[in-house]
Amino acid sequence: MPRLVSHPDEVKIVSKRFGLGATDIDKYIELGGYQAAKKCLEQGPDWIIEEMKASNLRGRGGAGFPTGMKWSFVPKQSAKPKYVLVNGDESEPGTCKDHLIFLHDPHSVIEGTLIAGLSIGSKMGFIYLRGEYRYLLEIMEKAVADAYAKGFLGKNIFGTDTEFQIITQSGAGAYEVGEESALMESLEGKRGVPRIKPPFPAVVGLYGGPTVINNAETIATVPHVINMGGAAFAAVGSPRNGGTRLFGISGHVERPGVYELPMGYNLKKMIYDVAGGVRGDRKLKAVVPGGSSTPVLLPEEIENLGMDFDQVGKAGSMLGSGGVVVIDDRTCIVEFALRTISFYQHESCGWCIPCREGTDWLKKSLTRFHAGFGTAKDIDNIRYLAENMLGRTFCPLGDAAAMPTLGFVKKFRKEFEDHLDGKPCPFAKHAEMAVV
Amino acid sequence: MSAETMSIFSPKLAARFDALVEKYPVRRSALVPMLLYAQDEIGYLSDAVIAEVAHRIGITELDVRNVATYYSMLRFKPAGKYNVQVCTNISCMLRGAYDVFEKFQEELGIGHRGVTPDGIFSLEEVECIGACCWAPAIQVNYDFHDDLTPQSVPEILDRYRKVQDKEKNA
Repeated sequence: MPRLVSHPDEVKIVSKRFGLGATDIDKYIELGGYQAAKKCLEQGPDWIIEEMKASNLRGRGGAGFPTGMKWSFVPKQSAKPKYVLVNGDESEPGTCKDHLIFLHDPHSVIEGTLIAGLSIGSKMGFIYLRGEYRYLLEIMEKAVADAYAKGFLGKNIFGTDTEFQIITQSGAGAYEVGEESALMESLEGKRGVPRIKPPFPAVVGLYGGPTVINNAETIATVPHVINMGGAAFAAVGSPRNGGTRLFGISGHVERPGVYELPMGYNLKKMIYDVAGGVRGDRKLKAVVPGGSSTPVLLPEEIENLGMDFDQVGKAGSMLGSGGVVVIDDRTCIVEFALRTISFYQHESCGWCIPCREGTDWLKKSLTRFHAGFGTAKDIDNIRYLAENMLGRTFCPLGDAAAMPTLGFVKKFRKEFEDHLDGKPCPFAKHAEMAVV
Repeated sequence: MSAETMSIFSPKLAARFDALVEKYPVRRSALVPMLLYAQDEIGYLSDAVIAEVAHRIGITELDVRNVATYYSMLRFKPAGKYNVQVCTNISCMLRGAYDVFEKFQEELGIGHRGVTPDGIFSLEEVECIGACCWAPAIQVNYDFHDDLTPQSVPEILDRYRKVQDKEKNA
């Protein structure tokens, strides 16, 4: 069972019901659950969207798009049915926050889906979980059944004429399906390859109907935004970055875990205070700030870095999924880069050639390089390959593979050079990575 | 196809599939979960599974295969009864996942995608399973095991062996 952690600096909004038994619908109601949905039903779509816009809530999947604005793009009139799609295909290495939401607070996802549905005039929502999360899918399925039994879902929700249905769905193993258009393909029973945009899902989405797609954490945050009021939620975070975020801190720290901290919280403090610092009193070498696709940061780059979309973007990386991976000074960056690219090579769906070929060649080059058979030309070649993938694919997977690779080569060039011409890896393979 | 007609699945699963295809606005949406649930029961996507799923959805077998080959959890050969999936992605790797993986290889005497001769265990190195903050982590079928060390490996295997012995004797 995943362990829950806490720290005095945490502001528990999304995680406030974790560990309190809120999977039980009566407990969830006792803790204030389904009040937000009821209020939204009374206030109507325009009011919901205004509150969401005021909240400055931005997409927690990684792109950070303002949620209220996304919902407002859905046309009011549509010949085809509209849909809400919750992305619980959590697969970005370093990210396990949605895992805890499904485990501890499934009704917040249902309530958020319902509110999103009310805001766009949809009658049906889908909650898609990655296939590996079977035990969490079972928790979600029970929660959905309980919500139907209470009349919060169905033909006449809360005793009104409004209809809203929720269907839960299992994936079967695919990182790529976390991309919104690939997710729709998968839900339509196809291979999870991306669609070209435009048209955007808000206009032509699932089954060709207008569709809102949000990350599970974004959706679970929605009822709290409604309960607190958009402005109050915005005030918790930093400018243009409303509220809190579930930061998953993993890797070489003393106390890894998922911590809920205000947007804009200092990254150095997050590592040293909240997560207890680098394990075994080692030195910090690098930090991956928001899941494996975000470019690596050096210790000197995190001194005054506030963790929100804008500040991390300015620092040359991305806040991404909020998965902070901490790397100590005994880690081989070439091996780390190789493991990262191996993942993207494995997960590239093969639809776009720059991504399919690029990830494969990068993996081959880095494998050879790490084994001590690299040449000086390889370093620039790795860079050349990665640069030529950027912006040349249907979906962001190509960028997700290229960006961290470029970061490693740029910031750790010396370490790459140390691997040249048959020199053994300066870091004994795996040995120093073992548990101390 | 209804539960009463010929099905290779248990009556319970057949009934579940009958309902599943009706659940969505489009019948085909049932395909991906149906393949996974079928695999859970049969062990892998055999020709018979593909044929029945194609029939139930109303698409060709080729179409089913085209989709099935995309998803990494779906397989076309039997795995062990307990499929041990060791995550070695970055967060797990930093905390010793390769040592855990090596220990599993040693204990089971098989490598990546291997199956023990008795068919009880299989082993796989897998990508991120969403347990990064509790790394290194593995899944045995759908069960998560967190915060592992190589020392915890024999104990985990013993737990499944005991379940197996119990079932055998029952």
